[in-house]
Amino acid sequence: MSELSDVVVPGSAQSPRSVAWARRRRAAGEVWAAFRRHRQAMAGLIILLAVTVMALVTPLLADRTGLSAVDSLDNPVWASPSGDFFLGTDNLGRSVAVQFLYGSRTSLLVGVAATMLIVVIGSLVGVIAGFIGGWVDSILMRLSDWFLVIPFLPLAIVLARILGPSIWNIIFVIGVTSWPYVARITRAQVLSLRQRLFVERARALGASRRHIVRQHILPNVAPLILANATLAVPIAILTETTLAFLGLGDSRNPSWGKSLEEAYTAGAITRNAWWYYLPAGIGIIAVVLAFTMCGRALEEILDPRLRERR
Amino acid sequence: MTEAVLELRDLHVTYRAAGVDVPAVRGVDLTIGPRDTLGLAGESGCGKSTIAGAVLRLLPRATRVEGEILLEGQDVLKLRPGKVRAVRWTTAAIVFQGALHSLNPVQRVGDQIAEAIETHARTRSRRTTTARVGELLERVGLPARRRREYPHQLSGGQRQRVLIALALACEPALLIADEPTTALDVMVQAQVLSVLEDLQRDAGLALLFITHDLSVLRSSCRRLAVMYAGRIVEEGPSGAVFDEPRHPYARALASAFPTIGDPASRYRPSGLAGDPPDPTALPTGCPFHPRCPVVVDDVCPSLDVRLRPAGPAREAACVHVGGDDDG
Amino acid sequence: MNPRFVVAKVTGAIGTLAFVLAFNFFLFRVVDDNPVDNLFRGRNLSPTQIASLEERFGVGDPLALQFVKYVRQTLQGDLGLSIKSSRPVSDVIMDSLWPTVWLVGTATALSMVIGTLLGIHAAWKRGTVTDSSATAFSMITYSMPDFWMAMVLLAAFAINLRWFPTGGFEDAGSTATGLSAFLDQAHHMALPAITLTLGYIGEYMILMRASMLDTVSEDYLQLARAKGLRDTEVRRRHAVPNALLPLVSLSALNFGYVLSGAIAVEAIYSWPGLGRATFNALEGPDFPVLQGLFLLFSASVIVANLLADLLNGYLDPRVRLS
Repeated sequence: MSELSDVVVPGSAQSPRSVAWARRRRAAGEVWAAFRRHRQAMAGLIILLAVTVMALVTPLLADRTGLSAVDSLDNPVWASPSGDFFLGTDNLGRSVAVQFLYGSRTSLLVGVAATMLIVVIGSLVGVIAGFIGGWVDSILMRLSDWFLVIPFLPLAIVLARILGPSIWNIIFVIGVTSWPYVARITRAQVLSLRQRLFVERARALGASRRHIVRQHILPNVAPLILANATLAVPIAILTETTLAFLGLGDSRNPSWGKSLEEAYTAGAITRNAWWYYLPAGIGIIAVVLAFTMCGRALEEILDPRLRERR
Repeated sequence: MTEAVLELRDLHVTYRAAGVDVPAVRGVDLTIGPRDTLGLAGESGCGKSTIAGAVLRLLPRATRVEGEILLEGQDVLKLRPGKVRAVRWTTAAIVFQGALHSLNPVQRVGDQIAEAIETHARTRSRRTTTARVGELLERVGLPARRRREYPHQLSGGQRQRVLIALALACEPALLIADEPTTALDVMVQAQVLSVLEDLQRDAGLALLFITHDLSVLRSSCRRLAVMYAGRIVEEGPSGAVFDEPRHPYARALASAFPTIGDPASRYRPSGLAGDPPDPTALPTGCPFHPRCPVVVDDVCPSLDVRLRPAGPAREAACVHVGGDDDG
Repeated sequence: MNPRFVVAKVTGAIGTLAFVLAFNFFLFRVVDDNPVDNLFRGRNLSPTQIASLEERFGVGDPLALQFVKYVRQTLQGDLGLSIKSSRPVSDVIMDSLWPTVWLVGTATALSMVIGTLLGIHAAWKRGTVTDSSATAFSMITYSMPDFWMAMVLLAAFAINLRWFPTGGFEDAGSTATGLSAFLDQAHHMALPAITLTLGYIGEYMILMRASMLDTVSEDYLQLARAKGLRDTEVRRRHAVPNALLPLVSLSALNFGYVLSGAIAVEAIYSWPGLGRATFNALEGPDFPVLQGLFLLFSASVIVANLLADLLNGYLDPRVRLS
C-alpha cells in the first residue's frame, strides 16, 4: 500500500484512476488495522476461519457414505460418544460427527450464497432507486417497505413449500425475502454520495451514468454493503436452519438445521441423546455469533457515529 | 473587600481518553467578584468550556481535577456528592448553548424550568412554581404562556432565552454563559446579548462569559481573559485587552473578528496560521511559539513564560511583555 | 394528534394490506390453480357436482374475476376450505388464535420489559462487567435458533427435571375450570413462553442499549445534571423516555419475528396455536390454510406497525405537533 501511495506524486504519469485506487487501498488498510485491534472482531474472524477450514477439509476427514443409513447398518444405534464414534450415533447408526462435518458445509454454503443474492438484489435496487430517483425510486422503496413489513419467515416458508426442498431453492427464497434492508441502506448512501462534489463534477464533465456508478458510487458504497452483508449471513443461516427444521430442507445435502430436524423427529429429546442435538446447535451459535461480531465491528469501524456505542 | 463569587486557584484538569492523559486546563487562576463580569475567550479546545464543567463538577468521572474551585468561599472539589448537587444551579448556573440539543425535546420548556425550581425547593406548591416559571420567561422577554410549548416549537433565539430563564430559576450568584450566542444569527445574537446584559445588571449577578468571539465580550464584560492551550495568556480590562492586546495570540484573536462599526477592521483580517496544538503533545517552551508571528528563535522554544504584569491591572504571558520590550 | 398524520398512516397501512392481499392471491394461484381438484381429490363426484363446485370456486374464470371474488370473500371472512379437514379455514384459525395470542403476548411483554431494563442498565454502566455480561448474554441468545433452545429446555426441564409438562395446552382430559384451569394452562405455557422470551430479550437489550448510548451523549442530560438532579432522576426523567421512543417502532417490526419464532416453538411444545397450525399445514400441503395463516400473520404485523406509528406520534411532541 505504502509503495503505491509513495509512487503517486503530482505530475507523475499516474492516471487519476490509479490514484483513486491507491487511496481506496490505503483506506482498506486502515479498516483492516482497526479491525485487528478490535478484540471481538478478531475472535469472530478466528472462529469463522476455523469453521471454514473444517468445512473445506471435511471430505478428507470423513467419507460421505457415513451419511447413508444403508452404509451404517453395522453400527450401533443411539450410541453415546466413545472412541469409535466421537459424537455418538443416531437412530440409524450413522455417526453424528460425520453429519456435523457435512452439515457445516451446507450451512455455510447456504449462508454465504444467500447473502450474495441479498447483496446483489439489494444493492441493485438501492443503486437504481437512489441514482435514478423520481417515480422509479418511489415504486422501489414502496415495494421494499412492503417486503419489510411482511413477516419474512412465513413468506419464506410458503415460498419454500411451493418451490420444493432443495438448497438452491432455499438460497433463492432467503435472497428474495431479505433484500429490502440492504436496498434501503445502499439507497441512503447513494443519495448522500450523489450530492457530493465529485459526482457533480463527473456529471459536469459529461460522464455517462454507467461510468459514474462504476467509478464513483459502487466503490464508495461497497464497504458499507460489506458490513451489512456480514450481518446478513447470520440471518440467512438461521433462516435456513429454521426452514430445514420445519421439514423444508434438502435431504440430499444435510445441513445443521436438517440434522436437528432428524434428531427431533427420531426422538433424541425423549431419549436424552444430547450428543445428537447439541453439536449442530452449538455449531450454528458459533457461526452466527462469529458473523455478528465481525459485522458489528465492521459497521462500527466504517460508521464513526457508532463508535460511541462501544 | 467582599468575598469572591468564584475563585479558581491553580486549576488543572486532565481528561483520560483511551488510556492517555489529556491535559485540558494547566494551571488557571481566576477571580470573579460579586456583580463582576469576566469574559473568557479562546479557540475551541483551549480548555475554556472545561472550566465551566469543572465549576459544577460535570466532567466525566475519569477526569482528574486538581487545585481549588472556590464558589462563595467553599471548595466544590472537596464537597460530597449530595452537597455538590445542592450547589448546582443555586450558587452557580450555566447558560448552555441554545442549539436544539440543550433542551429535552419531549418535555415542555416550562416543565424543564419548573424541574430546576422543584429540585431545590421541594416545599413549593405547583401553583407558585408555575407562576414563577411564567415570571422567569417574561424576564427574558417571552410571554408566560409559551411555557406550554416544546423546544422544537421555538426559534433558536427563543430557545436561548428559555435557557437563560432556566439558568435564573434558582437565583444563582454566578451565571456561566457557555457560548450562548454561537448558534444564532447576528440579529438574534445582539438581542440575546442585551437580555443577558440587562439581567446581569438588574439582578446583580456575577457573569463568566465563555466564547470564541472576542468582539462579543468587549461590550458585555468588564474584564477579559484569553486562553491558549489550557492556560490564560492575557488578562485585563476588556477595552484595553481588545484594543491593545499584548500577547501575540490575543492580538490575532482580536483582529480575527471585525469590530462592529469599524469598516477598516474588515480589511485587515489577520488569520492565524496553523492549528491549535495537540494537548497530548504540547510544544516545548511557550506553547504558542510554532504559530507566533513574533517568535524569538533562541528563547521561545525553551522558555515557558508565565503571566507577568503588562500595564495597569493587566497581565500577559509573553517574552515581549515587561522589561525593555514593554511599551 | 395531527389528523393529517393519522390519515396518512392509516392510508399507508391500508395500501400495504391491499398489496399483501394481492400478493397472497397470486402467490398461491401459482401452485394451486384448481382448488376443487385439490380439495376433493380421490372422492367420487359426479361431473355436475364438480361443475357446481368449480362454479363456486370460480375455476376457469378470468384471473381478474377470480381475484375480485377472492377479495370479496376474504373481506367477508371466508378464507376457503382446509384440504385436510374440509373445515372452513377461518374456523381452523379461530381455534388456534387464542393460544398464540396468550403465548406471543406473554413472551413479547416479558422480553420487551426485561430486555429494555437490561439495555438501560448496560448503557448506563457502559464498559463495566454488568454491561459486557448483558451484551454477551444478548448476543448468544440472539444467535440461538428458537427451536433449538426449545429442544434443549424441553430436554432439561420437562424430560429430565420434570418441572414442566412436555407439551400441550392443558393436562389431558382436564375438566378443571376457573383458577385451577388457568394455573394448569400457565404451567403448560411456561416453557414455550420462556423459550420465546429468552430468544427475543437480546434483540430488545441490544436496541435499547444503543438507543440509550445515543441519548447519554445528548446535551440535555448534561443540563439536567447541572440543574442538580440525582443520577437516577436524570436517567428516569430524561434519558429513558427519549431512548424509548425509537424502540416503539422497532418493537412492532420485532413482533413479526416473535410470531415467526412461534411456528417452530409451538410445534415442539405441541402448543395448539397458529404456529402449530402452520406447521401442520406444511404437510400435505394444505394451501388454503397456509394462505389464510400467511394473510393473518402479515395483517397483524401491519396493524402492529400502524399502532406503533400512531403511538409514536402520540408520545413524541415533535411528530404530534408538526
